[in-house]
Order: sequence, then C-alpha cells, then structure tokens
Amino acid sequence: MISSFAWRNLWRNKLRSFVIITAVTLGIFAGIFLMAFMNGMVNDRVQTIIGTEISHIQIHRPGFMDSDLFTLRIANADSVVNVVNKIPGVSAATKRIVINSMAASAETGTGVKITGIDPENEKKVTSLYTKIIEGRYLDATGKNPIVIGETLAKKLKVGLKNKIIITVQDVNNNITGGAFRVVGIYRTDNNMFDEANVYVRNSDISALSGLDGKEAHEVAILLNNNDATEAAGKAVAACFPQLEVKDWLKISPEAGYLVSAMDQYMYIFMVVILLALCFGIINTMLMVIMERVRELGMLMAIGMNKLKVFMMIMLETVFLSLTGGVLGIVGGYFVTRYFEHAGINLYFWKEAFASMGYSAMVYPVIEPGTMIIVTIMVIVTGIFSSLYPAYKALKLNPSQAIRS
Amino acid sequence: MSIIEIKGLHKVYDGKSLPVYAVNGIDIKIEAGEFTAVVGPSGSGKTTLLNIVGGLDEPTEGEVFIDGVKITGLSGKEKTDFRMKNIGFVFQAYNLIPVFTAKENVEFILHLQGKPKAERERRTKELLEAVGLGDRMDSRPNKLSGGQQQRVAVARALASKPKFILADEPTANLDSKSTDNLLEIMEKLNREENITFLFSTHDQRVVSKARRVITIQDGVVVSDIRK
Ligand SMILES: Nc1ncnc2c1ncn2[C@@H]1O[C@H](COP(=O)(O)OP(=O)(O)O)[C@@H](O)[C@H]1O
Ligand SMILES: [Mg+2]
Repeated sequence: MISSFAWRNLWRNKLRSFVIITAVTLGIFAGIFLMAFMNGMVNDRVQTIIGTEISHIQIHRPGFMDSDLFTLRIANADSVVNVVNKIPGVSAATKRIVINSMAASAETGTGVKITGIDPENEKKVTSLYTKIIEGRYLDATGKNPIVIGETLAKKLKVGLKNKIIITVQDVNNNITGGAFRVVGIYRTDNNMFDEANVYVRNSDISALSGLDGKEAHEVAILLNNNDATEAAGKAVAACFPQLEVKDWLKISPEAGYLVSAMDQYMYIFMVVILLALCFGIINTMLMVIMERVRELGMLMAIGMNKLKVFMMIMLETVFLSLTGGVLGIVGGYFVTRYFEHAGINLYFWKEAFASMGYSAMVYPVIEPGTMIIVTIMVIVTGIFSSLYPAYKALKLNPSQAIRS
Repeated sequence: MSIIEIKGLHKVYDGKSLPVYAVNGIDIKIEAGEFTAVVGPSGSGKTTLLNIVGGLDEPTEGEVFIDGVKITGLSGKEKTDFRMKNIGFVFQAYNLIPVFTAKENVEFILHLQGKPKAERERRTKELLEAVGLGDRMDSRPNKLSGGQQQRVAVARALASKPKFILADEPTANLDSKSTDNLLEIMEKLNREENITFLFSTHDQRVVSKARRVITIQDGVVVSDIRK
C-alpha cells in the first residue's frame, strides 16, 4: 500500500511532475546519446588505426621498432607469412619493407616513411586500396610506381604522373636514390598519417636498396576480430621465439588509452548530468513536503511511523527519478540504435575532424554494459536525492503539522 | 480504572514575547463508554489538551494515563505505536488521504497495523457500512461531501479498534445537516458498540448531544457536567 500511495502521490501535481520527469528524461537521453556518440567516434578511430595504419599484430626483429635500423631484417619473410596464415583467428598476413627516408619533388623535400608492400597481399590486410581518391592502387604494371597521401601531395606540390625522388641507404651503406612516379593519391581520416606515409612495391624498393626480395622488416597480421588479439598474439609469438611480436594495443598504446580515457570522460559527464538532475529532484520533493505538511502530520498522528514515512517519500522520489530515467534510457537506446546504422554526418566539421584523425561520419554505439551501469547510476541518483527530502519529512512534529 | 486519566496537566508555549499558558492545571477522568464534549471558546486550550491526551504533544507538567499506561514521557517512536494501536483520531479538516478511495483510507490503518488482506477487506466494508457509506467505498475524498468525508474519518478512526476516539472539532467545517448526521452516527456507535468518544466543539447544538460536557476557559476546567 505504501508504494501505491507513493506512486499516486507522484501524480497529484501533474504539471510539476511532468516538468521534472521531462528534465530527467532529456538529461539522461542526452547523456546516453553523447556517450554513444563519443564511443562511436573512438571505435571508428580504433578501427582506422587497426585497419589502415597498423593491423592487429606486427612481427619484427627485436629492436627494429625502436631503432628502425635498416639492417634488422627478417630473412625469410615469406615463410613467416605462410606460418602465420595457418594460425587460428588470423585473417591475412603480409610482409613489408619499412624505411624512414627522404622524399623530394622538384619543389621541395620532406621526411617520410616508405613502406614497400606486396600489393595483392596488402589488400587483404589493410584498407589502403580503398582510400585512393585519385589515380590507382599499386599493381604489377609500370615502373617504380608510388602511392602518396593527399596532404603530402600538397606539401610536395606533386600530382599524378609527377616524379618523386626517394633517397635511401643500400645494403652496403651507400646513399642511393630512385625516381618513383605517382600513380595514386590516398586519403585516410588522419591527415598526419597521410603526410608521413608513402607506399611502393616491395620489389622496387628491394632492388633500389640491394635486397634480394625475400627479406622484410615487418610482417603485418589482420585478425578476424579485435577480441582475438590476445590469443592470436600468443600463438604467433610461440611460433617465432626469435622475433618480436606486438599487438595493436602495444604498438599504439594511445589507441587503448583513447578507449579507456573516453570511457572515463563519459562517466564523469554522466555524473555531472545526474548531479544537476539530483538538485532538481530534491527541490521538487522539498516543495512536495512543504505542501503536504498537514497531511504528513495527520499520517504520523494516526500511527504511520517514521520508517514508513521515510519509505514513502523515498519511493515517491525514486519513482519520479525512475520514470524520467527509464524514458531517457529507452529513448537514448532506440535513438542510438537508429543512428548506429544510419550514422551522423558531421560534414561541416570534416576538416577539423580529419586533422585529429577522426572520421566526419559518426556511428554511435552503446554497449549493453554501459546501459546497465547508467541504469544503476540513475537508481542511485533517485535514492540519493530522496534522502534529504525524506529526512525533512521526518523532522515534522505531528501536533504542529496538523495545526498549520 | 478510568480509560483516560489526566493529572495536573500544564502546557506552556513559548509565545512571541510572553509565554502562553494554554493549559493551566487540568485534572479529568474519563470512563469507558462515555460520550464527552470539551467545550470552550477559541483559544481556550481544547486542541492543546486533546493533542496531549492523544499523545501528539508533551505537556510541560503533569501526566496522562490511557487505560493505566502512562503515555506522557514515552519516546516519539513509542507514542506513534501507541497511537496506532489505541487511539482513533478525527480531525477538524484535512482528514483523509486524497489519493486513496474511502475504502483505502480505512484500510490503510489496518495495513499499518499489519492486518492480513482478507481481514482488512472485511472490516473496512463493515465500518463503511456502519457509517452509511457502503455505496461510496470506491470514491475518492474529492468526490465526497464534507459530511461524508468526516464519516469516512470516523470509520477510519474505528478501524484499529481503539480504546477511544479523539475528535478535535469534528463538525466545525460541516453544515447543520451533516453535523446532525455525523453526531447521530457517533451516538449510535457509542450506544450500541460502547465506543468512548472525547471530542471538542464550540457549537451549542453539538454540546446538547453530549452526555458529559467539560467546559474549559483559559486552560482550566470551569465546569464538568454529566447529564
Ligand atoms: N505552537 C504554539 N505556540 C504558541 N502558542 C500556541 C501554540 N499553539 C497554541 N498556542 C496558543 O495556545 C492557546 C490555546 O490554543 P488551542 O489549544 O489551539 O485552543 P483552542 O483549540 O481551544 O482554540 C492559544 O492562545 C494559542 O494561541
Ligand atoms: Mg482548536
């Protein structure tokens, strides 16, 4: 009966309840949607890091990642690729030559990372070939083709068919250069990446630096999904005890930080929203109690004890918060689910997003676990907001309350 | 043993500037089955007296015994419990829980007492029929007249099978017809069920129905007449 009493009390002042319930609904809706939005942005960024930039797992000679030493090469890279391809969870693998060097056009020069790839295998591992915006991806045709990023093309003031001179050290430590012709220009969501990375055929860069074509600095592995990272990483490491095996979380710790930092920010944000709502709820409930002083006095007079009065006010407050909370959570969930497929196009801020490495197309995603945590937070807020008003009600003196 | 025994009762309020002597030395004994009116002009101390007798307030001095139990000096918690089990209250105004129907208002007391559902239903029905509201059980207070509301309040006061019913100016907000009707029901309950009533009033017609009239003025008893 107490809970039915509290529930009906909630609707005594419909307008006031409606206003506060709407505030709670909107606040929680906004909180959930924003969480999903940021989560979607971060997920997308992480997928880009994996899909375009680093893959799930990379294999190098120990020390290569720190020094980029030309001499730290994996001798039999093709057999490494073959072994890796048989490990469960692995989708594809490819070998690369990686040289940090200079690229120069007729106008100017700059430092770049030259990656020599197997064009067909690379397609299975990274999505570079889908990012070509002008010209074409690397293939077996043409002499010394090169694919460069849009930002680098602008910086070097080169376009398709223009020549770029690449300067590298060869196996005998002699400086040697080669002319490469731009056949394709790519664009990812990350401008800085585009400016620093150029792609050539593995065979061309091997020839230029005097390698035999079987060697590579790096083997990159794409897995079937992110969750397989740890298991596959261990399996790969077990196969190549002499080599260094690192997964994307270790190669790009900022990707991992990004996820956990964003999570924290979002919860802080949610707490701020809930705190603000909490004050609104407390204020409403204090008004309720002021209005019902006489009724509360009467209830205490006829024998409703303090615990029951406290429970009643607490329930009314929790109902008030939860009604809005449930609407906000359900609304936030369905709207998020809708945009999870439809996506939100922030075309207007495209440039700003790209300079930070983010896509302007955002697909909000919310995990069930997050929804559960938010729900718990809303319930806790309701209970917390009820404490002071319920305490106020207890302080009433029945004989005074009835007289008032 | 008297059902109510009031001994040397004083109540002093801290007034704005001077202390207010609302009850100024009252001794009364009320026996089971009495139908007593406390009469006096406004400000004479009726409410103060009834509130102390009902365990809603503490006297400055003196003692109140209900059926031999000293209730003055009990803790707030003990008093609430005592009120729930032993005293039926009817107030001048604002008697009922507006979000509950007549039936639920009566049932609520039984719920507070922890009575099982079946007993609550049966007794609630009995009581509302006894006050002539068997057909208005599912009406909310705002759909009932003042007189009907006050009759629900009497039914509610009776629900807990209290030792007596305490009613502070129960008819003050009622028209004369409703007043007569309410008093009739109270008298009938008193006569047939031997329910003890202690009520305050300053309405002469109500006074004439009482079988014992205690008149107070400035916080002291000036006359105590049994008819
Ligand atoms: N809380 C209070 N503080 C100060 N004075 C009070 C308070 N309650 C009642 N009084 C005073 O006590 C006197 C008796 O009041 P009350 O018992 O309400 O009389 P009645 O019910 O007969 O009208 C009045 O003078 C009233 O103003
Ligand atoms: Mg009074």
